[in-house]
Amino acid sequence: MSLATYALTVNGKAHSIKVDSGTPLLWVLREELGLTGTKYGCGVAACGACTVDLGGVPTRSCVVPMSLVGDREVTTIEAMANDAVGRIVQDAWVATDVVQCGYCQSGQIMTAVALLKRLPHPDDRAIEQGMGANLCRCGTYVRIRLAVKAAAQQLQRGRTP
Amino acid sequence: MTRRIADVLVVFVLSATAVQAAASRAEGLAAWQQVYSVLTHPRCINCHTASDHPDQGDDRHRHAFNVVRGPANQGVPGLTCATCHQRANASTGIPGGPGWKLAPLSMRWQETDGRILSSGQVCRSVTNRATNGHLDGAALLEHHSQAPLVRWSFAPGRLPSGALLTVPPLTHDGFVAATRTWVEAGTPCP
Amino acid sequence: MMDRRTFIGVSAAAAGGALLSLHFGVPVRAQQTAAAARPPDAFVHLRPDGTIVIQINRLEFGQGVHTSLAMILADELDADWSQVRAELTPAAAVYVDPVYQIMVTGASCTTAHEFQPYRELGAKTRAMLIAAAAARWKVAGSACRTSKSVVYGPNNRSARYAELAGDVTRQPVPQTVRLKAPSELTLIGKSTRRLDSRSKCNGSQAFGLDFAVPGLRVAVVARPPVFGGRVKAFDDTIARADAEHLDIFEIPLIKGSGVAVVADRFWTAKQALDRLRVDWDLSAVERADTVDLRRMYRDLAGAPGLVALVRGDATTMDRIGAADRLVAEYDFPYLAHAAMEPLNATIRFDGDGAEAWVPSQSQTLHQAAIAEVLGLKPEQVVFHTLFAGGGFGRRATMDAHLVREAAAIAKRVRGTPIKLVWTREDDIRGGYYRPMCAHRVEIGVGPDGLPRAWRHVVVAQSLYEGTFVAAFEIKNGVDLSVVDGVADTGYNVPNLHVSAHQPKINVPVNDWRSIGNSHGAFVMETLVDELATRAHVDPIVFRRSLLAPDAKKRRRVLDLMDDKSAGWRHALPKGHAAGVAVHECYGTAVACAVDVSLENGRPRIHRATAAIDVGLAVNPLTIESQVQGGFAFGLLQLMPKGAITLKDGEVEQRNFHDYTPAYMRDAPVTVDVHIVPSTEAPTGCGEPPVPVIAPAFTNALFRLTGKRYRSLPLVSL
Repeated sequence: MSLATYALTVNGKAHSIKVDSGTPLLWVLREELGLTGTKYGCGVAACGACTVDLGGVPTRSCVVPMSLVGDREVTTIEAMANDAVGRIVQDAWVATDVVQCGYCQSGQIMTAVALLKRLPHPDDRAIEQGMGANLCRCGTYVRIRLAVKAAAQQLQRGRTP
Repeated sequence: MTRRIADVLVVFVLSATAVQAAASRAEGLAAWQQVYSVLTHPRCINCHTASDHPDQGDDRHRHAFNVVRGPANQGVPGLTCATCHQRANASTGIPGGPGWKLAPLSMRWQETDGRILSSGQVCRSVTNRATNGHLDGAALLEHHSQAPLVRWSFAPGRLPSGALLTVPPLTHDGFVAATRTWVEAGTPCP
Repeated sequence: MMDRRTFIGVSAAAAGGALLSLHFGVPVRAQQTAAAARPPDAFVHLRPDGTIVIQINRLEFGQGVHTSLAMILADELDADWSQVRAELTPAAAVYVDPVYQIMVTGASCTTAHEFQPYRELGAKTRAMLIAAAAARWKVAGSACRTSKSVVYGPNNRSARYAELAGDVTRQPVPQTVRLKAPSELTLIGKSTRRLDSRSKCNGSQAFGLDFAVPGLRVAVVARPPVFGGRVKAFDDTIARADAEHLDIFEIPLIKGSGVAVVADRFWTAKQALDRLRVDWDLSAVERADTVDLRRMYRDLAGAPGLVALVRGDATTMDRIGAADRLVAEYDFPYLAHAAMEPLNATIRFDGDGAEAWVPSQSQTLHQAAIAEVLGLKPEQVVFHTLFAGGGFGRRATMDAHLVREAAAIAKRVRGTPIKLVWTREDDIRGGYYRPMCAHRVEIGVGPDGLPRAWRHVVVAQSLYEGTFVAAFEIKNGVDLSVVDGVADTGYNVPNLHVSAHQPKINVPVNDWRSIGNSHGAFVMETLVDELATRAHVDPIVFRRSLLAPDAKKRRRVLDLMDDKSAGWRHALPKGHAAGVAVHECYGTAVACAVDVSLENGRPRIHRATAAIDVGLAVNPLTIESQVQGGFAFGLLQLMPKGAITLKDGEVEQRNFHDYTPAYMRDAPVTVDVHIVPSTEAPTGCGEPPVPVIAPAFTNALFRLTGKRYRSLPLVSL
């Protein structure tokens, strides 16, 4: 156990966190900052429920100890409503009635946003590969595929002058 | 006077070359076998695959969670290597190193069915400057000595269960020494 | 939990008068009266700002009742849907399921049991609003009408529901109400998007695991590696070395004991747990082993067991020659539920009372269990229902083990609220699985390819023996869940003999979405398919000829699925094959056809066409989602790493890397769902889709590989 103090910027806000250096970013977000939108599903990066944006990379926060975060900024699901792509993805999710229990959906949405930011016109294969490591026990996969496509179409419309 | 200095220099250079050329072809091939034993250890060959995905584990099974190679060997949008693997081994049990990614297909050391390529095949692949990133012997030595992911494989960290990952049959120093001998012999291939 | 057949049994007996109900000796008529006696104001809150908050007496864990029950009540209420909100109720007698007399979410019973009662609540509230307005305006109630949260009276008078809220409470609750005619319904029957969608997309929806109160501490528990083991001693020196303010103590488990670690943060507690050294006493517990059990189950299945059903002449088989007999042995592993949200329960014990916050499938039972552990009366435990990240049966067990553990911890740290968290490893390894089972079936086949005799033995642990539902679930010693899907088959199988063996194994078992139908339907639907192949008859045509004439719902969905999939089934690309299956459980029938091919040896389901008969469809959108979702859920049964196995008493799997459910690429790419139009009483759809996907897939696989798969999961093809 080695306590350390970390400067951490989350959703644009700076924080000073004092925790054991091995504490995963996930638990700092949830318990030190009260941002419970990012979920604990497995703790071994198998399910994606803990996905955040870390320095521009979709990242499974359950396996990133605070000692490896560095000066990279964190963006969580709570900030997606204020993100141009995030908002479109959330709207597509709602319009398509994707969620069932909803527990995996923060991670699904963070992953979909990362996917669409890099690949605005993903085909079926790209969607399946990009979203392919996000687990959903309620089985919303069919609707996730449709929602990602709907979001891509909406993004396309947004870009058309 | 100039001629005398030049003679001295020539003798010096010849001596140096003579020292470097002490690694014979036989010694070089033996050293290569040692290098080959490291390259084909799971720690290395799990990322030198011929398929669209990495492997993992000492039994070299397909990497879990459907991760794929992607166009730049770093995964695909939404699911990159960096999604889980950080710049160093994580205390949470996920191995990591700077620039974590798959080796390009030109650097595959196995068949798509998992059969490891022969010593000669791997040697020829590693020394082919058209496909190895234009690395000559000296650059290969530098690569084996300094490249972060190469260095990682000798200190790969722990799994989430706490178990240590197995390491290649040589230490990193031993690997570099074997590489040097092989390079000094002119990177001979069997 | 309890299933439809118990309800049907009780209803049928009700005509006879004073038959005991399911529980606690309450006469059946009193159950129906109980629902009728629900005060509307416990279910509908009219807020001053115009929002209407409908109280949902179930757990919302994905199945959508939070929205559909609200729709049912709001429709009869004539509420403005855009102003409707819904909340999950606490545990209280007024919220019990009208048939089971406990609060319960399971057996796919919510819509079936609450459709009428929630309509009545909405209609009664509407009637009271009209009465309030009529009194205010001094006009006849019959001169008033309602629409979208407004009461309209003669001479252009109107009043919003919010304005009348105070007056309403002074109105008497009507004894009877007229419900809307089908043509008057505005919400029921219409595809309606979920009320909880946005909050689940922006991170604001709180689940059990997210719950927090000031002073909350987190507890994790070290559990014995073999079920039922107990703590001999423990050494917490290293655990305590770097951490402050830890409470570490032994607690009793249902069987044996464990060591609780309580800390201010989850990670602190987990680190301490990992550093704890526990000396376990495993001497007195049986060590279950999958290899041994499979052998034992196979042997047991070789002889008849306790008789579940005998129809016709059991000796017919003896007169059928070996050449005309089909013998099949099946085996199935333990299955974990693996809901995305790990198990959790938060409790604070104050000495003379307690408060609990749990994502629970059986709130009143959990409330009573907590009270028992804490030495309180149930009504002294304020029990709040939180949203759950999935459940599939796992969030209620007969022994209420989770809340008992949490209560034991809360008792020790009296005054401090504690949240008990099961890690994912605890969840995968902690038992309460769908039982492992074996079937042995012998079919005497007639010259027309149809069965002439059928002997069926099932081996599986009993779920309900020794529990409070035993009286209704166990007949002649047979636990009905063991023979689900077989003894109640809709096929007109003559000379049918079904029996069961129920070994006692030291592995806790529990309801798993669709319970015994998960294996019963697999056996029936693959065997019927095999018979069809043997007879050179189309698998759908064969099923039609074998289904009992009165298997109405099954026939309807079979026909609808056939109609909607014939186009693609008869035009499959090379390398693709179709498989079909049909099943009925909990009053609902589902049929499906799947299009499967192999890609590099891995199966791919390109599409599924499903037909479902739920009677009246309250929310078609929910039903579509449940079918799509149920299929992806049910595919766990086939996943190569979807089995829980034990070696020398210890569960071999740990987390999702070695217990791997279906990811996106394993699930069908598209699922088109067709709902049989119906005005019959609504039945549920949470479980019914699950049993058909695995056999339909396996039937397709046969057409690709020529092999029949009778041992699950599919490790290699």
